Amino acid sequence: MRIGRRVRLLAGVLTLALASGCGGVRVEPGASSAQPSSDRTVRIAVNPWVGYEASAGVITYLLEKKLGYTVEKKELAEQVSWEGFEKGDVDVVVENWGHEELKKTFIQDRKVAVEAGSTGNKGVIGWYIPKWMADKYPDITDYRNLNKYASLFRTSESGQKGQLLFGDPSYVSNEDALIKNLRLNLKVVVAGSEAALIESATQAQRQRRPLLFYFWDPHWLFSRVDLVRIALPPHTEGCDADPEKVACDYAELDLDKIVSRRFADGGGRAYQLVKNFSWTNEAQNAVADDIANNGMSVEDASRKWVEANESVWSAWIPR
Amino acid sequence: MTSPSASPASFWPPAALRGGTRAPLRLARLTGAAAAVVAAYLLFRGTATLPHDDDAAPFRFVGDARDWVDANRNESPVFLFLVNYVRLLVGGLHDALHLVPQVLGWAGTTGLAGALGWLAGGGRVAAVALAGFASFGVLGVWRESADTLTLVLAAVLLSLLLGLPLGVWAGRSVRLRRLLTPVLDVMQIMPTFAYLAPMVVFFQIGPASATVATLVYSIPPAIRITALAVDRVPHVAVEASTALGATRWQTLRKVHLPVARATVALAVNQTFMMALSMVVIAALIAAPGLGSGIVTGLSRADVGLMLPAGVAIVVMAVVLDRMTTAAATREPSARGRIAAATAILLCGVVAARFLPAEFPENWVLRLAGPVNEVVDWVKSSWYGVTAVARDVTTEALLNPLQEVLTTAPWWLVAAVVFVSAWRGGGYGPALVAVGCLLATALLGLWQHTMETLTTVLAGVAPALAAGLVLGVAAARSRRFAAVQRPLLDAAQTMPPFVYLLPALALFGATRFTAVLASVVYAVPPVVRLVEDGIGGVSPAVVEAARSCGSTERQVLWKVRLPMARKAILLAANQGIVMTLAMVVVGGLVGAGGLGYDVVSGFSRRADFGMGFAAGLATVLVGITLDRITRGAAERPARKVPRQFPESLTEGRGSHEDRT
Repeated sequence: MRIGRRVRLLAGVLTLALASGCGGVRVEPGASSAQPSSDRTVRIAVNPWVGYEASAGVITYLLEKKLGYTVEKKELAEQVSWEGFEKGDVDVVVENWGHEELKKTFIQDRKVAVEAGSTGNKGVIGWYIPKWMADKYPDITDYRNLNKYASLFRTSESGQKGQLLFGDPSYVSNEDALIKNLRLNLKVVVAGSEAALIESATQAQRQRRPLLFYFWDPHWLFSRVDLVRIALPPHTEGCDADPEKVACDYAELDLDKIVSRRFADGGGRAYQLVKNFSWTNEAQNAVADDIANNGMSVEDASRKWVEANESVWSAWIPR
Repeated sequence: MTSPSASPASFWPPAALRGGTRAPLRLARLTGAAAAVVAAYLLFRGTATLPHDDDAAPFRFVGDARDWVDANRNESPVFLFLVNYVRLLVGGLHDALHLVPQVLGWAGTTGLAGALGWLAGGGRVAAVALAGFASFGVLGVWRESADTLTLVLAAVLLSLLLGLPLGVWAGRSVRLRRLLTPVLDVMQIMPTFAYLAPMVVFFQIGPASATVATLVYSIPPAIRITALAVDRVPHVAVEASTALGATRWQTLRKVHLPVARATVALAVNQTFMMALSMVVIAALIAAPGLGSGIVTGLSRADVGLMLPAGVAIVVMAVVLDRMTTAAATREPSARGRIAAATAILLCGVVAARFLPAEFPENWVLRLAGPVNEVVDWVKSSWYGVTAVARDVTTEALLNPLQEVLTTAPWWLVAAVVFVSAWRGGGYGPALVAVGCLLATALLGLWQHTMETLTTVLAGVAPALAAGLVLGVAAARSRRFAAVQRPLLDAAQTMPPFVYLLPALALFGATRFTAVLASVVYAVPPVVRLVEDGIGGVSPAVVEAARSCGSTERQVLWKVRLPMARKAILLAANQGIVMTLAMVVVGGLVGAGGLGYDVVSGFSRRADFGMGFAAGLATVLVGITLDRITRGAAERPARKVPRQFPESLTEGRGSHEDRT
């Protein structure tokens, strides 16, 4: 904080010099260069996993085709997306996984974002193995026995330890703390993307290769590959409060939507639709499956779902 | 002249090349030193290591600084009067430029590009520009290309606006040059990724922020090359002008600038190229355009999605390169040229009236499907080969090397670095090298630095070997050189991310992939420098050797290579710096170490401090490696830089000459 004071002092001098002339610019919604020419544009952050894309796709389709808005999609990492709320570069984060610390910073402290209700999806992160491994080594699903089998998971990337395959560097993660605090003989290896995780899991089933990996539900993969979740110490309220000391499983999260305050105040019908949007894990998986496996574009898959499920989405359209 | 022991294997470490009549003695000393290091390692392995701690004090300090900025963005005058204005102005410029392609439509913009091409270099350049711009549409990325072009233009305009005057000033003032050189060094060695997180703190995300990031990356060549150009204006001309009573300003305008014009045009060219190579990374902070296609493709491991965007970036680089190069060499424009340019522009504008503003769907070539089929086929049918190549390299080379570096006591590593730098360049460079290396430990990143060093060392050896072989081949056969040159040009204009695509498709996200991509990235400059060095060996000496009855082989080993030693060592230096730059980008595809820290510092707020520190640590490693190798090369040969690192030596060399 000492630095803060010094900078402030320096800044004070600058202020004196400038204060008489002009008023300074605040970072405010409205002062942004990314500001649209009209209010008919909605900027949706797209985080890098296909379930998110499915939700964003359906919302986009409805906004464009039913309400006549223009949607700009921005491919961004989870936490980076939140930085866009303040100046209007991002209006909507469609599927937020917890992120209590971001909520505190951006919603409570900086007051640039607000919650816009649940997506209806229940999300849970966990460690998974292909089912054949659970059949062959029945006690492997208990984390206490993971060290016994750690050598099975060894790869050239994990050295002497067992490999725990992780996804995109930006994903929510307690892996390092879990390994340390549960004293597991594992090493986190970053695969880099959702696609890499899926490919490894598919290969692990097809070629009966051992694999321990980070994954999450809802996901279409569960309908194509048989996976079994490792039982980590059960989640209890607040057990993950200190990120350094986490020694419990991930909580089941009520995935929710976050929007910028500007959008909540002035987004009109678009905001209403985003707020009303709520669907099931099955619905999301169906759309995601079409995108990932049936060669459909996000738009086509969304149209297919919208055409087949009018009774669901008609309730979201604001009157 | 040289000893039989100067085989290619002993180029590394470079000091070994100094062979003379005392070679056996040197060899013995070297062996002795190596034995001592091995013995010390075996004795002290595992002691005095500095294991990584995610919560080291420097990380927390940087994190706190970020929180202060966050809290004071709307209170502190630094933001109210400076940072926020910058954002506003840059954003305004970007939006204004963005109107051009929107108003002209795709046909009009293509016409404009053709017209500018004609103005710059006549019919051929105009044709390249027209074909290039039309290809954006055919690839199905017209709108993204327009967005990228806007961003690049905005960043380059600002870079030149700030950089050219600064460069002229620096060219005339040794003191300013001394002040700027280390700053520019840091700007250029700093991995581009490491800019992003601080950029987000100050300017948040969006086009304005991306423009500033691109500006920071592209301004060093503008300053450096301009300074060099002005500095190189012959003294005689300047003195003649002063003697005739010209004022400083007149001398600058009538003597310095006209004489330096061609080199300044090179500065413009380089600024464009640098800005383009930043495009992909800028997409991570919500810059619209081609980069987002590549980033998305990376996250979905979808080569088909990335390819059109990647090709469009290369095409854009070629068009801009041709236009700026042509502009540098053209004669003063004739009236006929302006008429032709106007005609092309009018054709475009008229065509835009009749053609739809969006590029017609059915003219688009859909590449994604077939490309992905090829990738899938390669993946499934070559899986055995690629997996074995990857695993064997990793197990046999990367893992043992990393094991050694991470379990060696820090003082032993430091001692080895000190001795290598000292043998090459004396005490000065050795102290700098060791100081920088130890500073990474103070940053709390020793272990990750060692991991990064592993991948750099693993990449440097094959890059140098390949570069040497290709460079020698090109120097010996003109036909081979002619075939290779355009390939090297293309390889050097491609943004580094594009190298990741095929490597990622074949080998998955592993350290091996990062090493492979860095080898491909580092080879072209090495080839160029080696070719140049060997080509520069005096023909008289070669003739003399031949007339004494040497075979071609002997001429190569005993004359050409030893005489080109300086150039080869400079090539090694460049190869290392390039490899380091790419290994950090490799953090995105599974390279651990500092690269991953930077990536994760960018994408996770909690790791901000670590990411920032890792960016600094990369700079420090870069300086360490540079000092070890540059000392050996002594004063490097003069080369006009194509890509960034060469220019590090430029500015410095020139002012040393002067003083």
